Amino acid sequence: MNILEIKNVSKIYNDNLILDNISLNILKGEFFTLLGPSGCGKTTLLRMIAGFTTPDSGKIFLEGKDITNLQPEERPLHTIFQTYALFPHMTVFGNIAFPLKMAKWSKEKIKIQVEELLDDVKLTKYKNRFPSELSGGQKQRVAIARSLVNRPKLLLLDEPLSALDARLREHMHMELVKLQEETGVTFVYVTHDQSEALALSSRMAVLNLGIIEQLDHPVIVYSKPKTYFVADFLGKCNILKAKIIDILDNSIVLFVGNLIEIEINVEEPNIYKKGQVGWYAIRPEKIKLRRIKNDDTMSTESDNDKYINSGTVVSYFYYGHSTLYEILLKNNAKIQVMLFNNKSEDLKFFKDNSEVYIAFNPNSGNFIEEI
Amino acid sequence: MKLSEKYVLSLPALIYLGIFFVLPIIIMVSISFMLSGDFGGVKPLFNYESHQLHTNLTLNNYKYVFHTYFIWQLILRTIFYSLLTTVFCLILGYPIALLISRSGDKLKNILLLLIIIPFWSCFLIRVYAWMIILGPNDAINKLVNLVRDYFGLAHINLLYTSFSVILCMVYINLPFMILPLYANLEKHNIDLLEAGQDLGASSLKIFLNITLPLSLPGILIGSVLVFIPSMGMFVIPELFGSNCTYMIGNLIKQQFLQTMNWPLGSVTAIIMTFIVVIISLFGNYLSEYLKETENVED
Amino acid sequence: MWKINTSKTVKIFSLITFLFLYIPIIIIILYSFNKSRIGINWSGFTLNWYRILIHDDNLIHAAINSLVIASISSLIAVVFGSFAGIALHKYKIPFFSYLIYIPIVVPEIVVGLSLLLFFILINFTLGYASVVLAHIAFSISFVTLTVISRMDDYDDSVISAARDLGAGPVKAFFLILIPSLLPGIIAGGLMAFTLSIDDFIITFFSAGAGTTTLPLFIYSMIKVGVTPEINAISSIIIIFTLIMAYFVSKLSPTMFE
Repeated sequence: MNILEIKNVSKIYNDNLILDNISLNILKGEFFTLLGPSGCGKTTLLRMIAGFTTPDSGKIFLEGKDITNLQPEERPLHTIFQTYALFPHMTVFGNIAFPLKMAKWSKEKIKIQVEELLDDVKLTKYKNRFPSELSGGQKQRVAIARSLVNRPKLLLLDEPLSALDARLREHMHMELVKLQEETGVTFVYVTHDQSEALALSSRMAVLNLGIIEQLDHPVIVYSKPKTYFVADFLGKCNILKAKIIDILDNSIVLFVGNLIEIEINVEEPNIYKKGQVGWYAIRPEKIKLRRIKNDDTMSTESDNDKYINSGTVVSYFYYGHSTLYEILLKNNAKIQVMLFNNKSEDLKFFKDNSEVYIAFNPNSGNFIEEI
Repeated sequence: MKLSEKYVLSLPALIYLGIFFVLPIIIMVSISFMLSGDFGGVKPLFNYESHQLHTNLTLNNYKYVFHTYFIWQLILRTIFYSLLTTVFCLILGYPIALLISRSGDKLKNILLLLIIIPFWSCFLIRVYAWMIILGPNDAINKLVNLVRDYFGLAHINLLYTSFSVILCMVYINLPFMILPLYANLEKHNIDLLEAGQDLGASSLKIFLNITLPLSLPGILIGSVLVFIPSMGMFVIPELFGSNCTYMIGNLIKQQFLQTMNWPLGSVTAIIMTFIVVIISLFGNYLSEYLKETENVED
Repeated sequence: MWKINTSKTVKIFSLITFLFLYIPIIIIILYSFNKSRIGINWSGFTLNWYRILIHDDNLIHAAINSLVIASISSLIAVVFGSFAGIALHKYKIPFFSYLIYIPIVVPEIVVGLSLLLFFILINFTLGYASVVLAHIAFSISFVTLTVISRMDDYDDSVISAARDLGAGPVKAFFLILIPSLLPGIIAGGLMAFTLSIDDFIITFFSAGAGTTTLPLFIYSMIKVGVTPEINAISSIIIIFTLIMAYFVSKLSPTMFE
């Protein structure tokens, strides 16, 4: 069921098109993420949902009700700000009680509700402290408690973890997911951090230059990027020039990087045209390396790996759990291969300039159309 | 909604300052073109005399001031005094601003407070303090006269010299130099200085090649803030001075309160304000320009 | 203690400047306890000059005038000035941004004299009222500047958060913005109060014959010559200013930058 519907929303600011005819639906109870680089329009879209800006055209519906022109205080949804935006002159208790006071609750009811929530977020000890006396993580929890205290229909989070250090951020990821599941409140989360988006969301939209490049489950967005931008922006990806040379019943045949022909399965082959150019995108970890042709000591799934090519290792980067190799192919194209270091002697195999063979399952990658 | 908030908040102050700052200055400018009244004040703008309408507007006040040698002498002396004051404030204020900007947070706050306290104490009291110190019965004056005795010169009263007037103006305006200089020096990149030391430059070289050029915008703002009140000064020359240390402010005060010639007083005040505003706009512009060129180099 | 080493030369010169700034002030305070009426010779400790001050009705009258004028003008200036500071931080208002710099850029004598002309031309009797009106004008400028500098460090999303959590624009302004800016507003108000108490030049021109404030009273005494009573009253004012400056620096440590 849709809780929020955004219909054909556009916004121009200082002659720049910030949002270009955006439409999207957010489902009740989901953890939805808007991902994109700075300036992609994600924050503008969030501010529009919250009511801090109005669209130049288009409408926004909350549970079927048009809220496009409502003031922020009239919308039953709350925002968590990047800077937490706690009221500096109020205690933790006062901050959390504020939305209830605005809703004209009685003093006793406010006290009961706030104390219960303080207990939930483990801040009871700190209820009489001022924001300036709290750590970053504590401030974050106060901001969340304050926004959830009167059960909003939607919680908007504007890069809420960007001010925290890496360790605390990872901890907060788990907390946020738990909190979202416990409260059942729909979360709309804005971030420029792709790993955050992949880890947290039930669905995500990748925004760039005011349009939605792809909207789907994180697994699909990562493994089958729909556009060049998505493939490039999310994680590491080999993006190779490709041309469709044949269209079959359930698949298309591509000529990739002027080097190899591959056949990949697609749902609707007839949307493509013969001769169409684009890219073939495949993640580095989907490619395997071998020291000799048809060496099956390296992989257990060698049956599927139909395409083998030789090249030399130009450089490698050791990350601990994995190693990223840069392979120079015969056509002078460079390709990245990520191997997980789950064997003891992995690094020994691939010294610089040693001759290697690469193998991959064509269906691990996908075809991206040129727009 | 937003538009109304903007004006509801700003209009009271805007109207108030319009009435009590802008309107009076407009009145002063208008009076500078009018004729002086017979018993002070000004003549009405129009009068009807022997069947003819006379307009009492004139440029003569300006002509008079421009052609009066002694007014120019006063203006030049005022500029000279103000420039000297500015230079001395800079020499005295720079080390202290540097010291504050290089000190740790706790010490910095104490030192800043020490600069601000005299700046906030009543201006008259600070002038008065120098009347005691430079007075004829004080040690400094006695010492000076002892030295003059030795060289066979006549005794002087230190209080009534240009030296005293400038000294006191330096004292009064010093915080105006220190605070903006400090604000500028505070923003300097410590890494840059340490890199300089690392590369073996002497502290004097670092100062001349890095700190001083970077602090030019602060020096300009401080100088403007010292120069403006110095140009308008009339209290110090009046209390310490004699005719030969009078400044343009004394003349303006006299024209308004003693000879009651409003139009001439207005013209003199306008010329002085004009000089001050031109110099401060230029200083401000130069400082902004320097700041921008520095940013480009980053 | 030091962020980076400062050379000895800088320290020595700084010490000299500090002495230059404080010796005159210390001399006034010391002399206010000196028995001798004339000259610089120390002839013993006395509180006599303070005793004389307490019984000087004219002085008490002038001090009360100063306090009343400073209280009224700073209170009004705080309201106008902080509203204006908030508006100027948020919106570009052409011309206004220059208006608040007038008391800084135009020499005080010109501001004072033009106000004098204005009051005479509109037939406004010079006295308490004209002094208060003049003081409000320059105080507005200083409060506005303090609040603007305060607003520059202010997290605007706090106001957005208040709106978001159910407060209308008026409630967000009075329940959140004003209270959270209060330290800066009070600092601006105290500054206006001190400037008003200490102001001599603008008061001199706008007061007329019958009205006396503390600085005007001191001026009339100084014109006659150096006396121990002036030392005593000056010491009191210096101590008062010291306390005020301390509070303002506690409330708004960045206001002078």
